[in-house]
Amino acid sequence: MRTGNDLELFRLTKRYGDTVAVRDLNHLIAAGTYVCLLGPSGCGKSSTLRMIAGHESVTEGAILLDGTDISHLPPASRGTAMMFQNYALFPHLTVRDNVAFSLKMKGVAKAERHARADDLLELVDMSAFAARRPDQLSGGQQQRVALARALITQPKVLLLDEPLSALDPFLRIRMRVELKRLQRELGITFIHVTHGQDEALALADEVIVMNNAVIEQSGPPRELFNMPRTEFVARFLGGHNVIRRDGRSIAVRSDRMVLTRGAGAAIEGAVFGIEYQGATVQLVLKTGGAEELSVVLTERDFFSQPLQVGDTASVAWSEADVHALEA
Amino acid sequence: MGSKSNKTPYWQAAPMAAVFTLFFAVPLAVIVIVSFWQYNQYSITPAFIFSNYTDIFSGCIRQLPDLCTTFATYLQTLIFCAEVWALTLVIGFALAYFLVFEVRTPTMQVVLALICTIPFWTSNVIRMISWIPLLGRNGLINQGLLALGVTDHPVEWLLYSHFSVLLAFVHLNTVFMIIPILNSMARIDRSLIEAARDGGASGWQTLWNVLIPLSKPGIAIGSIFVITVVMGDYITIGIMGGQQIASVGKVIQVQTNFLQFPLAAANAVVLLATVLVLILGLTRLVDIRKEL
Repeated sequence: MRTGNDLELFRLTKRYGDTVAVRDLNHLIAAGTYVCLLGPSGCGKSSTLRMIAGHESVTEGAILLDGTDISHLPPASRGTAMMFQNYALFPHLTVRDNVAFSLKMKGVAKAERHARADDLLELVDMSAFAARRPDQLSGGQQQRVALARALITQPKVLLLDEPLSALDPFLRIRMRVELKRLQRELGITFIHVTHGQDEALALADEVIVMNNAVIEQSGPPRELFNMPRTEFVARFLGGHNVIRRDGRSIAVRSDRMVLTRGAGAAIEGAVFGIEYQGATVQLVLKTGGAEELSVVLTERDFFSQPLQVGDTASVAWSEADVHALEA
Repeated sequence: MGSKSNKTPYWQAAPMAAVFTLFFAVPLAVIVIVSFWQYNQYSITPAFIFSNYTDIFSGCIRQLPDLCTTFATYLQTLIFCAEVWALTLVIGFALAYFLVFEVRTPTMQVVLALICTIPFWTSNVIRMISWIPLLGRNGLINQGLLALGVTDHPVEWLLYSHFSVLLAFVHLNTVFMIIPILNSMARIDRSLIEAARDGGASGWQTLWNVLIPLSKPGIAIGSIFVITVVMGDYITIGIMGGQQIASVGKVIQVQTNFLQFPLAAANAVVLLATVLVLILGLTRLVDIRKEL
């Protein structure tokens, strides 16, 4: 169903000389969804985002927002706003003036633009810092200011370029919650570029996995995690073992592997690595065929009969947990 | 490096400090002292008198609103200074912008920045003299204009004029603007320009609201270079002005030629004070220390 503010990418292509950064992308992003563009560096996700934002020219194809082609409009008249990777706050302006920047460019009077900037700062919980300069803020605080600055233009689509990559892991998880809350409250589309699968799974209503300039697979996170279409998606999302059987590839989730201490079950191997992860323990088994299989056990399960590196163990899985991959 | 004595930094700074003291601080102190001495045609005697200073400004207040020679000379020098400053600033800023934002590869940036310094591969005087065959009465430009029939007699104001002094000054000093502004600009994160565009800023708005404020330290440092050079100059004004245009530096040079050292010293102190006031005003506008 198409409603207003749907964003449609139509045969979107970006070439730099002979290299193709984005190849013939077709995708419909429904209004008000949280979308994560996920992929390794160089996969074309950032180019896609920058084309939507208007900071990169479109080689071929179109970008439609609410039915109109915006691909040749200047960034500020597209109805999009961008939050930059390193936040790109103006170092010579106060937090308030940073947020009010776009209003100043439009010629809005000082009192009014400051009032509106203060509203936005309240939304991101940064009112107390309005008079500070960006270099007096922590990374997380800078990010909130960058968010407020992007949101003051009242965009239909907010574009976030690796917004969490500059934060430490603890803050990253907190900001994740914050981003999701904001998106829910504002009801606008968020397109979030990331190379972190955990981030994508945690945040997105829809994950778009890109590789080699094309979309590998897209869908709700749970669908992607349980039914990766290709080996690339299974490996990139992690938590899967990709196993070759009878000339075809299958994926089995690491936490669905059934481990037996000692020899016995279907595949035998030596424990190669043990990683304690708190609630779970991840084992890596090297099989006779030099395949590496990962097995995730609950902490209790593992420590009921702990294994050492070099111990022999064997794994099996039930047919119901096998997911066939496309070549 | 735990054994390093905490005096090491002082030793490292010592050579520069010695040079600075010996060749700058001491001569400066001597000038200030001599400016209070007495002199006549054949000797100077230590004293503590203010007549050198009062001589410089004698009649200046009484004559107002007409300008005495000193005021007129200062005004002339300040006008040159303002014109050169404005021209080098605009040209320097534009060139720095080109080098930082239009030139794609860092190698090309370095090559082009070095090209800007080519005028400094020859001596100051030679550079100025080489204008003469170009701008002179029978110079290339006049010959060209005559041949094209643009004029029927040579254009006189090309050489030994206000114009030629300005031309030489701008030619000599623009690089002092380019380099510091380049340095400030190179540190501007390019995503700031995208952020400005994203916020709806036009090219001029980006220039005014983002680029110029962030280039201010470079502009201030370049301005200090240009102002100090032009305020104290007597060679460029002398050669390019055909020894016909007055400047404060020229006055001091003439006085030293006549061995009126105390008077020249007093003039130098007044000039120094003027330049310091200008620079102080500049640093009021931009906190250079904070930006370095």
